[in-house]
Amino acid sequence: MELQAGTEPLTGSGGNILFTGDDVREHLVLVGNGMAGCRAVEELLARDPGRYRVTIFGAEPHVNYNRIMLSPVLAGEKAFDDIIINDRAWYDDNGIDLIVSDPVAAIDRSAKTVTSHSGRTVAYDKLLIATGSDPFIIPVPGKDLPGVISFRDMKDVDAMLGAADKGGDAVVIGGGLLGLEAAHGLTLRGMKVTVLHIMPTLMERQLDEAAAWLLKSALEGRGQTILTGADTAEIYGDGMVEGVRLKDGTLIPASLVVMAVGIRPCVALAREAGLDVGRGIKVDDHMVTSDPDILAVGECVEHEGNVYGLVAPLWDMCRSLADGLTDRHSGYKGSVISTKLKVAGLDVFSAGDFSGGEGCEDIVLRDASRGVYKRVVVKDDRVVGAVLYGDTADGGWYFDLLKRGEDVSDIRDLLIFGQSFASGGGALDPKAAVAALSDNAEICGCNGVSKGQVIATINKGACSLDAVRAGCKASASCGSCTGLVETILALTLGEDVQSGPKTMCKCTSFGHDDVRREIVAQGMKAIPEVMHKLHWSTPDGCSSCRPALNYYLLCALPGEYVDDQQSRFVNERMHANIQKDGTYSVVPRMWGGLTNPRELRAIADVVEKYEAPMVKVTGGQRLDIFGIKKEDLPAVWADLNAAGMVSGHAYGKSLRTVKTCVGSDWCRFGTQDSTGLGVKTEQMTWGSWMPHKFKIAVSGCPRNCAEATIKDFGIVCVDSGYELHVGGNGGIHVRVTDLLCKVTTEQEALDYCAAFTQLYREEARYLERTAPWIERVGVDYVKSRIVEDDAGREALRARFLFSQQFMQDDPWAARAAGQDTQLHQHLVPAE
Amino acid sequence: MNDWIDIGTLADIPQRGARTVQLGGGEKEIAVFRTGDDRLFALVNECPHKKGPLSQGIVHGHNVACPLHNWTIALQTGQAQGADTGCTPTIAVKQENDRILIARPVALSDAA
Ligand code: SRM
Ligand SMILES: Cc1cc2nc3c(=O)[nH]c(=O)nc-3n(C[C@H](O)[C@H](O)[C@H](O)COP(=O)(O)OP(=O)(O)OC[C@H]3O[C@@H](n4cnc5c(N)ncnc54)[C@H](O)[C@@H]3O)c2cc1C
Ligand code: SF4
Ligand code: FES
Repeated sequence: MELQAGTEPLTGSGGNILFTGDDVREHLVLVGNGMAGCRAVEELLARDPGRYRVTIFGAEPHVNYNRIMLSPVLAGEKAFDDIIINDRAWYDDNGIDLIVSDPVAAIDRSAKTVTSHSGRTVAYDKLLIATGSDPFIIPVPGKDLPGVISFRDMKDVDAMLGAADKGGDAVVIGGGLLGLEAAHGLTLRGMKVTVLHIMPTLMERQLDEAAAWLLKSALEGRGQTILTGADTAEIYGDGMVEGVRLKDGTLIPASLVVMAVGIRPCVALAREAGLDVGRGIKVDDHMVTSDPDILAVGECVEHEGNVYGLVAPLWDMCRSLADGLTDRHSGYKGSVISTKLKVAGLDVFSAGDFSGGEGCEDIVLRDASRGVYKRVVVKDDRVVGAVLYGDTADGGWYFDLLKRGEDVSDIRDLLIFGQSFASGGGALDPKAAVAALSDNAEICGCNGVSKGQVIATINKGACSLDAVRAGCKASASCGSCTGLVETILALTLGEDVQSGPKTMCKCTSFGHDDVRREIVAQGMKAIPEVMHKLHWSTPDGCSSCRPALNYYLLCALPGEYVDDQQSRFVNERMHANIQKDGTYSVVPRMWGGLTNPRELRAIADVVEKYEAPMVKVTGGQRLDIFGIKKEDLPAVWADLNAAGMVSGHAYGKSLRTVKTCVGSDWCRFGTQDSTGLGVKTEQMTWGSWMPHKFKIAVSGCPRNCAEATIKDFGIVCVDSGYELHVGGNGGIHVRVTDLLCKVTTEQEALDYCAAFTQLYREEARYLERTAPWIERVGVDYVKSRIVEDDAGREALRARFLFSQQFMQDDPWAARAAGQDTQLHQHLVPAE
Repeated sequence: MNDWIDIGTLADIPQRGARTVQLGGGEKEIAVFRTGDDRLFALVNECPHKKGPLSQGIVHGHNVACPLHNWTIALQTGQAQGADTGCTPTIAVKQENDRILIARPVALSDAA
């Protein structure tokens, strides 16, 4: 019987059984007609073709095919015929008895036989188990509904293609290699695909955050919806999949759900036979299990504690196995792994350990205009890991360096530029490499500036990076050539180079203003995006740049940006001030310094109930409760909330207090209602995040009892209206305010206050208070924006009030209601 | 041999964050960190400078910035970085099938 290779199932046993009972050779029986098993047989035939008589049991109805090519089959780039590894003729020519669609159900080790599902019993001399893996199915309600499919074999692909023919929505659970390849295929087949990934970033085991972010943006650009941190609660549907419900309640309709959350070694058969099984079937260096006549290979095995889920290790295992079976002793030593994603047009490569650690150095290259990210991790002068996105041409080279453990100290500086650079021409000194460039060599790709033009600019007197940027625009756009320009400066001027404006931190060559400008100009939306597009030299920044970036994005994208808690200083994360002993102080807001018996009683109760060691009146006209434990904070806040009090933000780079004096209601000198205006001002400005803390005061007359002239924004009431003062500071360097202008109505005072606050929010550098900011830009500039430009002032005010819609949410209330409880609780050891 | 204590799952600790564990019996509080690339580290929750609670700091790379005076402490070694000197004891930590296990400090002091 001649069998056609194809999706048509093969039936029953193979045609010609060449070797019958009188064959005296040892009988090797293989369980699993997959990639590793057949490869082992190939290796064996290559060494000693006649030594064993071979029988193969396969659960699937096919000849041996290349499982990793199922992704291109799903995507329509290949047909099943194209991915067959060994066709029927191969089995026949080598006298192999292939039994398909009949899985082995049991092994009898004492009788040395296997028995198949259909009842066929076959005796073996050597048994080889290569049963691969089973897809892991997350145990949620609805997992067994028709329309829920895994992605492991040709049957699954056929099922997905059937579903895709009808079109509609698909959900892929799992944002790893397999899930993304499934999503890609289904998208190409016309389905609207949502990928649910439980971790915060895609392919977290292969990619670092930066590369994962690029990948996510690219996939979104292709029309997929990617939800990270998405925890599936249930697959719902009446007799058929209708959608997925997440733990946060989100419903995603779908007629097809693909589960691609991981694999588990398929070990049931081996375990029932009493073999030694851990995560996989335990084997030695020649793939022999705890029974000397039984071997195992492929994804189902565990070697020295490792199990593998990619093909490269299988090839190594098969070699050692065949060596062992033919009395050569090489021995398997474990494998280092590299990964590539098979999605057309998206080049992603990762290898080795890129998680860093002690003594590891990261070399990072980001070229945003080309969409390229490369990170090579070097430890003790050896490459230990690499992540490449966008340009993976050098993946093989890095992987080779890594596997060989080659000393790279000589090429360290050029390593990141790839093989052709690092090993070419002997120009190993980067300075020498730049010096060797011709005058026409392009330095700045964005602005098309050549090396000659940069040198000409320097010769005309530009002696700093900034001056070069201003003079010829080199490095003024994406900044990826900054290093090159600095080298040219150093080569041309030697000692005379002037260092540019201070960079934000050591993670970047950009200053605060550049970063802010680019965030807005390029419409950046997330911290990893900024780090990528602006070529950060560290994987996830540091404790100075992350809070700054978080603020800049929050300010640029009100209502849209999702705050990154982990990029906030402890006080802003805990909504209280940390004390030297690790406890916290709590300051509730007292609007304009006003209070009442109910608030005072609530504060008194909290002090007693939580045994706060101290309560004190602050310099900001309110009460501070000290010594609260982080575990007790939510309960304290709940009690304060119950009396109508909200967070005073005494901890934040944000509006702090609005101090007032008694004013015209009581004071014999009062000219206006300073208390009332103070309350209104605080109600307008509270909750707003700022570059630094921001304090306001309203005094009822020029005696200025509220000290308005040392505040960031101060109002001094006079008979004819309100004097508005800005840029005061009572702190380390006392600075008296500048007079901004005088207005006649309360409403104007409030409008100017909003506009000024927004100008400061949009233009000051992170951790720059209004006083140094105004010293830097000049009070005339501030006047030109606030006083002389009516339309501009109105626009600033409108932007401030728009942003305030999203900011004026009491952060304490959410915590008291149970949000982020983990921030306040200890982990509990399970004992 | 280490005696391992199960303290929870990876998901219990925010990425680039930390949680604390109290073992009682006079043991110092332990901070268990999870970095941006999902590596785990455990340290005594005290800065070598003035005992600041390191668990509350900003985690960047494999370091944490102390919340009190911004020293940078390497999570792997507990060593203060840069010009500062001092060291916080580290505790062995490992992940097994999604569970996080830390070594019992007694075993640690035996080993040390
Ligand atoms: C509680 C309070 C002292 C008091 O008991 O009165 C206080 C306490 C702290 N101040 Fe203050 N300041 C307090 C009013 C002031 C004032 C007076 C005022 O606001 O009218 C000033 C001078 C006015 C000013 O800011 O211009 C003041 C100028 C500072 C400075 C110096 C700022 C500067 O720009 O030079 C710092 C340091 C900093 O912010 O970097 C600071 C920092 C601090 C910190 C946050 C130190 C820290 O980082 O841990 C203190 C927190 C203690 C705690 O845990 O609660 N505190 N601090 C006052 C809280 C006011 C409130 O109700 O929110
Ligand atoms: C869609 C997809 C894409 C992939 N892409 C890549 C990639 O790009 N790079 C990469 O390196 N790896 C990739 N892989 C992984 C790779 O395919 C596997 O590592 C490899 O196939 C493992 O080989 P194996 O022989 O151990 O298991 P398998 O190839 O799964 O073979 C095991 C066989 O045993 C059969 N079997 C199980 N139990 C029994 C039984 N009791 N009796 C008889 N037969 C049984 C199974 O039906 C199966 O046919 C991909 C996998 C999938 C599913
Ligand atoms: S003056 Fe100094 S000691 Fe007093 S609260 Fe302010 S920061 Fe702390
Ligand atoms: S206590 Fe940690 S830096 Fe001071």
